[in-house]
Amino acid sequence: MEKIPSSEITPESVYLSRRRFVGSLGALAASALLPSGLRAADRFEELRKELTPLKSITSYNNFYEFSTQKEAVAGLSQGFRTSPWTVKVSGHVRNPATLDIDDLRKKFPQEERIYRLRCVEGWSMVIPWMGFPLASLLKIVEPTEKAKFVRFETLLDTKQMPGQGASWYSWPYVEGLRLDEAMNDLAILATGLYGNPLPPQNGAPIRLVVPWKYGFKSIKSIVKIELVGSMPISLWMRAAPNEYGFYANVNPAVDHPRWSQSSERRIGEFFRRKTLPFNGYSEQVAHLYAGMDLRRNY
Amino acid sequence: MVWLKRAGLPILAHAGALTPLALLIWNFFHDQLTANPIQYITFRTGKTALVLLVLALACTPLNVLFGLKQAVALRKPFGLYAFLYAALHFVTFVGLDYQFDPELLKEAIFKKRYALVGFAAFLALLPLAVTSTRGWMRRLGKNWKRLHRLVYLAALLAVVHFVWLVKSDVREPLAYGAGVIVLLALRLKSVRRASAKLREKLVGKQGECRQVAVHEDLR
Repeated sequence: MEKIPSSEITPESVYLSRRRFVGSLGALAASALLPSGLRAADRFEELRKELTPLKSITSYNNFYEFSTQKEAVAGLSQGFRTSPWTVKVSGHVRNPATLDIDDLRKKFPQEERIYRLRCVEGWSMVIPWMGFPLASLLKIVEPTEKAKFVRFETLLDTKQMPGQGASWYSWPYVEGLRLDEAMNDLAILATGLYGNPLPPQNGAPIRLVVPWKYGFKSIKSIVKIELVGSMPISLWMRAAPNEYGFYANVNPAVDHPRWSQSSERRIGEFFRRKTLPFNGYSEQVAHLYAGMDLRRNY
Repeated sequence: MVWLKRAGLPILAHAGALTPLALLIWNFFHDQLTANPIQYITFRTGKTALVLLVLALACTPLNVLFGLKQAVALRKPFGLYAFLYAALHFVTFVGLDYQFDPELLKEAIFKKRYALVGFAAFLALLPLAVTSTRGWMRRLGKNWKRLHRLVYLAALLAVVHFVWLVKSDVREPLAYGAGVIVLLALRLKSVRRASAKLREKLVGKQGECRQVAVHEDLR
């Protein structure tokens, strides 16, 4: 093993300031020079200091398939069968496929993404997901020219998911993205959390994570991904169209009848924080909505 | 034993009304208030306030319709406990959750209809709590009863507040709403007369005597 002379070892303070320098360079001019993934990875690292404890992430869940009480979901979902599990990718694609969850994990390299999660109810977390870009999967199935939107569906199984007995919701849970949103590098399919496979209450075995949108867009326990030509109607759009739109981008300027969207409480913190436009991911996603009236397209 | 018989119901009522608070404190010290304690405390105190308000409204009809005289004495403690929980609910929301942020409070009052009716319900309860003493009862005379009819409004507003707060499943708030409406309907003259007639048939003259006294009490 080669020895590095002590004169060449970078002191920690210099290392840190250098990183900061590179970071500011990146913010200034690198959008054309560096692949966006690299810049994004740097951003994710910044959030590592703010990680929400695993216990909070796994004990406070909006997963109405099990219960409308966030603190009850973890207990009710413990026996949930996530193997065998397949995800059917179909619709306007050249290579429709039904993929086994284990194959998906092997086929696509799993990477860690530390994202903010902002729930429409005014609370937020910082979560270290494991997963892969949704775009990687979409590239393999090759959407055709007719594909304009991606429609996602959760498992429908009233035996395992008692909440699906509630007739005032249109089960199964459906969510959707515009194709360009789905192709954005920030949109991932997550299979893990804190380096371990996803627990059932967090959407095992595979879920969507779109960090610039309210949490309900990040559909859990996915069994179907369909490329479609027209805008999918999500469960929440059906349940309360005046409250939940298709886009559901985190936006402090667009009000909700119940919760303040201008600020949020980060789980574990006492003081509220200002909510950031696009949940702090404007740089990566704001261009997707150029020219759109986001007050109307909420 | 006689003492216990007479005091049993009030003791049960006080203990029952204080249990939710004791539980909340216990849960606080045992880290059992979920990952989002402030919101959870807000829910729990609000729910308890509504339950106690319904119980307070049930006291008079229990006496009038079923001759449960002891219930009348519980009306005041239930009402005051309802106010206590409503005050905790209000302070948690305004102080702990919104931290007296003027922008947030402005938004709540002008843009959030649920917050506005909740606040109105609290304001309706406030003078009732203040004038719940014997001294105020005497001073206000006939007007005391008039003033205290505000509790009907407070209960209805609290139900609306709850309905506007749930996402889609309105079963629970509507169940409370149905309860409140039934309890208010039992106060209608026609309903009372019908029940008096029924009682007359069932219990005879003795019942009639009692009914007259009860009528007076209700006014």
